[in-house]
Amino acid sequence: MFKSSLKIVLGTTVAVSLAACGGAGGPGGGSEKISDGKLVLGVLNDQSGPYKDLSGPNSVEAVKMAVEDWKAAHKDDAVTTDIEVITADFSTKPDVANTKAQEMYDRENADIILDVPNSAAALAVATQAKNKKRVYINVGGGTSALTGASCNKYTFHWAYDTYMLANGAAKSVTDSGGKTWSIVYPDYEFGQASDKLYTGAVEAAGGKVIAHIPTPFPNENFATFITKAQQGNPDVIASMHGGGDLANFFKQYQQSGGDKSTKVVGGVVFLSDIKSIGAEPLKGMQFTDSWYWNMDKEARAWADRFQEKVGTRPTAINAGNYSAAYQYLEAVQEAGTDKSDDVVAKLEGKKINDIFLRNGEIRAQDHRVIHDVYLAEVKDPKDIKEDEDFEKIVTTIPAANAFRPLDQSECSM
Amino acid sequence: MGSFIQYTLQGLASGGFYALAALGLAVIFGVLGVVNFSHGSMYMLGAVGTVVALDEFGLSFWASLIVVPLVLFVFGVLLERGLVRWLLKLDPLYNFLLTFGVTLVIVDLVKRRYGSSGMPYDTPAGLRGQIALGGLELPTYQVFAALLSVLVCVAVWVILVKTRVGMIVRAATEEPDRSRALGVNVAMWVTPVFGFGIALAGLAGVLAAPTRSVTADMGTNFIIILFAVVVIGGLGSIFGAVAAGFIVGLVEAFGQAYAPAYAQVLIFVLMAGVLLVKPTGLFGSGEHS
Repeated sequence: MFKSSLKIVLGTTVAVSLAACGGAGGPGGGSEKISDGKLVLGVLNDQSGPYKDLSGPNSVEAVKMAVEDWKAAHKDDAVTTDIEVITADFSTKPDVANTKAQEMYDRENADIILDVPNSAAALAVATQAKNKKRVYINVGGGTSALTGASCNKYTFHWAYDTYMLANGAAKSVTDSGGKTWSIVYPDYEFGQASDKLYTGAVEAAGGKVIAHIPTPFPNENFATFITKAQQGNPDVIASMHGGGDLANFFKQYQQSGGDKSTKVVGGVVFLSDIKSIGAEPLKGMQFTDSWYWNMDKEARAWADRFQEKVGTRPTAINAGNYSAAYQYLEAVQEAGTDKSDDVVAKLEGKKINDIFLRNGEIRAQDHRVIHDVYLAEVKDPKDIKEDEDFEKIVTTIPAANAFRPLDQSECSM
Repeated sequence: MGSFIQYTLQGLASGGFYALAALGLAVIFGVLGVVNFSHGSMYMLGAVGTVVALDEFGLSFWASLIVVPLVLFVFGVLLERGLVRWLLKLDPLYNFLLTFGVTLVIVDLVKRRYGSSGMPYDTPAGLRGQIALGGLELPTYQVFAALLSVLVCVAVWVILVKTRVGMIVRAATEEPDRSRALGVNVAMWVTPVFGFGIALAGLAGVLAAPTRSVTADMGTNFIIILFAVVVIGGLGSIFGAVAAGFIVGLVEAFGQAYAPAYAQVLIFVLMAGVLLVKPTGLFGSGEHS
């Protein structure tokens, strides 16, 4: 490794080409505690497309808040106060995410990449993290493969995953009397996987899935599928759709009189979805949530600060990005360096309670961050007293039961 | 049998959206020879306009049914006068590219102003619930949307067949060269017809707002199906567009009901089949091809 003065002379081109050759052990080394004297946090997400409101620019703001808060908490003893937050847009395309992640790690010397709200993109970034030996904390992506078959030493999964979404709602709702289920899912990889996970969880809880109904993706008109789902009078109709399809499904479901006796469950629902569809078509729908801004005092206090800054209530993914960035900085502080291997060692096994995580623990074996999650229900518009207060927490699912047990994980690091 | 009838009605309801929008596309193609790629974004503007009319101006759904298409009519007139007109003399490809570009600009402007995720819009109070129809429970809104689109299609048809204006437009649509040769001033009708076609797409958009996800991207998929509809019906054939709209709606509904994996592809199989047997479409005259 070069001394810092020489590095400046040689300029960034050398640094880039060195990093592109793979390097060893990530950034840092030599006499420096922090590589290049500063920490670089890269937020890679969707700044303009369908996941913009779920994560996007507001998550970048959340990460900046985390940096400010962390600096304020470590005034004198901070290992460094030179912390930069950089951001890139992958426009929901996995190949773009792959290139951007490479650029962030190599050219912009990012010590960590955060977020990436899309499963395929998240897996691509995880591979980059593994090859470059740099930290990656996924927040917005759903695939449980990140801590399963595709797990690696440098990748962590913070907020939620597909296993936890299915397991939470399917078990809680079946336990409370929803014995027969119709599952309507978009007919591509994510939907098919969700259908399987839900079916497994419903059956494990003693329920029965009487109909599996695949729908084209994307799809505008759900009338025929709703008719099919209603045949056989199931106790529960579950929709595994996201974004626009979710809106189409529930608008048309409500018009077809679906709100009478059948319970409805949403497979992947976030605050941003409820905001964009409106509470009326979704009222009474239950789903698993990893965090809600008005769920307790601590979350609420942070959400108030967030709103002051950004002008809207935070989604679970915004809060998750704050938490992930903050805890990463804590780990760097404890390690006294930004060397990836040392930081990872500090993160592994760490028990955390912060604005986002309740009874949180970073599992050392698969890097799944387990924490309490919630069965949430969309309120009736009549009961909404405050802007964006769409959710009611029905039950808390304790951390130990919420996520995939280690013995079912295919992860080997 | 009960569900068969239900699927049929659902197919007709969704066919109504296609028929309305395709009617506008067919009229524009007929009179101007322009394949209006921006039609999907006009449908989107109709839906987004309905939401904005309620949120920012307090306009009810019923008022939007009239106001939003009128605003889009004016928008269409400006678009024709300002842009489309100047390329009419060139190869039709130029206007196709122009309207494609217009789509990109409109969609991005809407995203910039209103974001890329959906905008909430509830079913209007009078149209909630279901109505019983011969032992079947049908969503009131779907029945309303289907009836209204049929009504508008029939009204347009009557205007085209029974009035002098209609006759000129029809002549200009289906036999533009011969009409010109007979001294019909086709050029005079170009601007209002373009605006009218855009207004029809906007009306389909207004009808979509309570029942579909309202986003800047909602027209992107819609336009693809719409092109399939006008190709099946015969480019430039007004009756063909409407008939094909309902046919495609039915094919989609039965496909979804009995062969869901093939539902989307069926429409394009139908299109390919029609093109093989009758390249001018089911009702096309062939003059434009």
